[in-house]
Amino acid sequence: MTTEPLLSVSELRVRFRIGGMMSALAGRRTEIEAVSGVGFTLERGQTLALVGESGSGKTTLARAVDGLQPAAGGSIRFEGRELRDLPKKDWKPLRRKMSMMFQDPVGSLSPRLSVRSLLAEPFAIHGLSGRSLEAEVERLLALVGLPRDFADRYPHQLSGGQARRVGVARAVALDPELIIADEPTAGLDVSIQGEVLNLLNDLRDRMGLSMLIITHNLHVVRQIADRMAVMYLGRFVEEGETEAIFRAPHHPYTAALLSANPEPDPDKVHNRIALSAEVPSLLDRPSGCEFHTRCPFAQAICRTQAPAPSAVGSSRLTCHFPLNGGPSAVEAIAAS
Amino acid sequence: MTVLDVKDLSVDFATEAGTLQALRKVSLEVPANRIVGIVGESGCGKSTLINAVLGLLADNGAVTAGQILFEGKSDLVHLDGNGMRALRGQKIATVFQDPMGALNPVLSVGKQMRDIQYRSGLSRKAKDALSVEMLRKVRIPDPERRLAQFPHEFSGGMKQRIAIAMALLMRPSLLIADEPTTALDATLEVAIIELLKELQKQIGCSVLFISHHLGVIAELCDEMIVMYAGEVVERGSTRDIFHNPRHPYTKKLLDCDPARLSRREPRLPTIPGTLPDLRNRPKGCVFQARCEFADDACSTMPPDRAVSASHVARCWHTDETAGAAA
Amino acid sequence: MSEQALIERQPRERIGKAGRVLRRILREPLGAFGLTLVVIVVLSALFADVLTSYPPTKLAPAERFAPASLQHLLGTDHLGRDLFSRVLHGGRIALAIALGATGLSLIGGIVLGLIAGYGPRWLDNLMLLLFDAIKSFPTVMLALTLVTLTGPSLLAVLIVVVLVNVPGYARIIRTQTLVLKSAEHVMAARSMGASTARILTVHILPNVIGPILILASMDIPVVVAIEAGLSFLGLGVRPPLPSWGAILNDGFVNIRDSYWIVVAGGLPIILTTLGFTFLGETLRDVFDPRLKRRE
Repeated sequence: MTTEPLLSVSELRVRFRIGGMMSALAGRRTEIEAVSGVGFTLERGQTLALVGESGSGKTTLARAVDGLQPAAGGSIRFEGRELRDLPKKDWKPLRRKMSMMFQDPVGSLSPRLSVRSLLAEPFAIHGLSGRSLEAEVERLLALVGLPRDFADRYPHQLSGGQARRVGVARAVALDPELIIADEPTAGLDVSIQGEVLNLLNDLRDRMGLSMLIITHNLHVVRQIADRMAVMYLGRFVEEGETEAIFRAPHHPYTAALLSANPEPDPDKVHNRIALSAEVPSLLDRPSGCEFHTRCPFAQAICRTQAPAPSAVGSSRLTCHFPLNGGPSAVEAIAAS
Repeated sequence: MTVLDVKDLSVDFATEAGTLQALRKVSLEVPANRIVGIVGESGCGKSTLINAVLGLLADNGAVTAGQILFEGKSDLVHLDGNGMRALRGQKIATVFQDPMGALNPVLSVGKQMRDIQYRSGLSRKAKDALSVEMLRKVRIPDPERRLAQFPHEFSGGMKQRIAIAMALLMRPSLLIADEPTTALDATLEVAIIELLKELQKQIGCSVLFISHHLGVIAELCDEMIVMYAGEVVERGSTRDIFHNPRHPYTKKLLDCDPARLSRREPRLPTIPGTLPDLRNRPKGCVFQARCEFADDACSTMPPDRAVSASHVARCWHTDETAGAAA
Repeated sequence: MSEQALIERQPRERIGKAGRVLRRILREPLGAFGLTLVVIVVLSALFADVLTSYPPTKLAPAERFAPASLQHLLGTDHLGRDLFSRVLHGGRIALAIALGATGLSLIGGIVLGLIAGYGPRWLDNLMLLLFDAIKSFPTVMLALTLVTLTGPSLLAVLIVVVLVNVPGYARIIRTQTLVLKSAEHVMAARSMGASTARILTVHILPNVIGPILILASMDIPVVVAIEAGLSFLGLGVRPPLPSWGAILNDGFVNIRDSYWIVVAGGLPIILTTLGFTFLGETLRDVFDPRLKRRE
């Protein structure tokens, strides 16, 4: 075991070109930066959750790490090796160590392939057909708790939860080091969500996996992630230990997200931090602290000067006026 | 007064592999001026129920028994196409998960809102004034100017607000909202819930709110209905059901919600087993195969037992389920 | 998460797929009619030698312009050739060209469409330009140009049909490939390290091929008509080889005295076209979920 983290990302930038030649001629901006200077490390056996509203860049970040989306700047190091601009042929062996699960449980399975072929596919791709495929398929089905006869089913014959299990089985087929899961519980019923999270937690413990989870569901984060990072407009605004952040969020955006969670208790009195306005466009990033347009605590300095990253407790964050003292303090400010 | 009164409704679908009983003896009431939530997992029959109420069942589906009384008189089951069309959009309005289902991408918002008022007989100016007032109510900034804009010029959250404004424009007596916040981020979701709550009070309509999100139901609804495999297994006030669930399924469902856990659990609760095949319903209780209270009694159809005046559970064992760890 | 989706998702009993399709075709009156016609046409072309007692090119000056009789079921033409035999043998050529040309167009369209849809943007643009350029030629002009270059022949007909059909097929495949390129199951395959060839053949092709197969089955009658038309103009199959278009032309000259020649040439074209069209449309109804009728 080396002391180097499994994955370390720094100053990562991903840009998209939008509009065509015409808008370029008209002098309009043609690029947006969907991920804008993000850095984090993931230790072996750890789980990091990326949270944020839609459009915050979390999926793009995950795809950049998985090499599906070219990075425009920064570095992605996996087991000490730089992945950015890695030639295609060098990627292939890495694919065995890093697997990605996509958002749509059924849609991420090839519709014309049986579960058997879907589960055998990683072996076929990596030329491992020498092993007894049938035995592998059975092993994987058992691993995720699906009956053997599911091998003959097709994706459209599976429920969301069953399809998700197949996805998990395929992701762990080649014994990877890292699993990147984009919204692993999205679209699943609550009872099924629990099953999938239990399964992922189990497999992580048993196989020593590291996981990068993308989700907008904060309850999921709490049940699965050691650390979490909150994204806003393609940047991390707060990153730290999950429990610490749940107990005492320091960035107003994190606090707002946590307070926006409807809880299954009709008598609960909500002290919400209401966010004003809409998420700004990436084409027109606000000046200063980019959250100031929606922040209930914004001051003059927030509009003009971007906050420098700072450390509060175990968290890193970018905010001029971090909240201190946990949710009660948040509520006090929100009430005032 | 009861705005919507569904009595012993059963709906069957004819499929290639036989008859599928999608709803069995579903009864529920939506009183005037109340928000009633329907909660249940995929396949529980929520969508079929709404489609039956709206007269929009697929061609292979049919109501085999029961009544759907609207405002105490018309039975929607026997209403013809014209009668139903006169109700839909005017007395019964709908909001769905995808607001683009309600919005026509090639017409301006103002034009669409005028079109909804075609029965009102007002002048164009008066119609626009009403539209602006409604858009202001759903907190669309600068509504006069935005009336001329097209749906794609609004963000996702705004589109859903506009869809709500359009639904409430004709001051319906019943608003059916089918997972209207599911596709939205949490911050927008709570904003929509608070908006709905406020509008319901202002307009004085009833709302039938369908969601799989227990937190949303708890926060928004006065009463709630729990559905499982095409049956209403429990109904009552939201407070009764969250604090004193009496159907074993409701208990398990509430336990599963990770939002109830205030710390990381080594194992999250789940509901072992699967939904029964609706083509081949079990005799008796529909939940027995997954229920820890199941015994011989459960092989006959359980009655809708009244736990209290307004709290009903379809279970033989409501006495045993009382207080048993919730 | 609608119940409708769930209802349709229940695993079905396993009946042979081909058997199920056949049953569904036969359930539709037009489908059954189309299938019957197609089977008759195909069988009579296959067994043309057994079913006829005269070779299609045998001249019999003594029996010129004989009307239909027991000897000559459809009569004879201006050279005394047995029309029944010429029609059945002509069917062989018509079907061979129709199936061959459609098959080649399919292969060409699929390969080019996959490349255009999955390849780089500039290549896609270039290929689209090419497709449009070819499509903008009227079929007859194209045929005339080709025939001028190579002389009338079966091959010329084949090339014309392939050239005319490929761009349409390729466009359909390209559009669907473009959509699937960013679909999650294709992203997932890329993420697992699948090669481009594997992605195209395993993850994209099976999902885009259905509509184009149906389209091709509906194009078969068009090809039959093109072949007949070109042969009628003398640009296709060269005499004395039997072709429906050529028979039609022979009859056209003598339509006043011997109407049966035109009938003999025209009827098979009509029946074949109708048969394949009905069959194709029924197939489309059976396979295309958007148009499928609820049962």
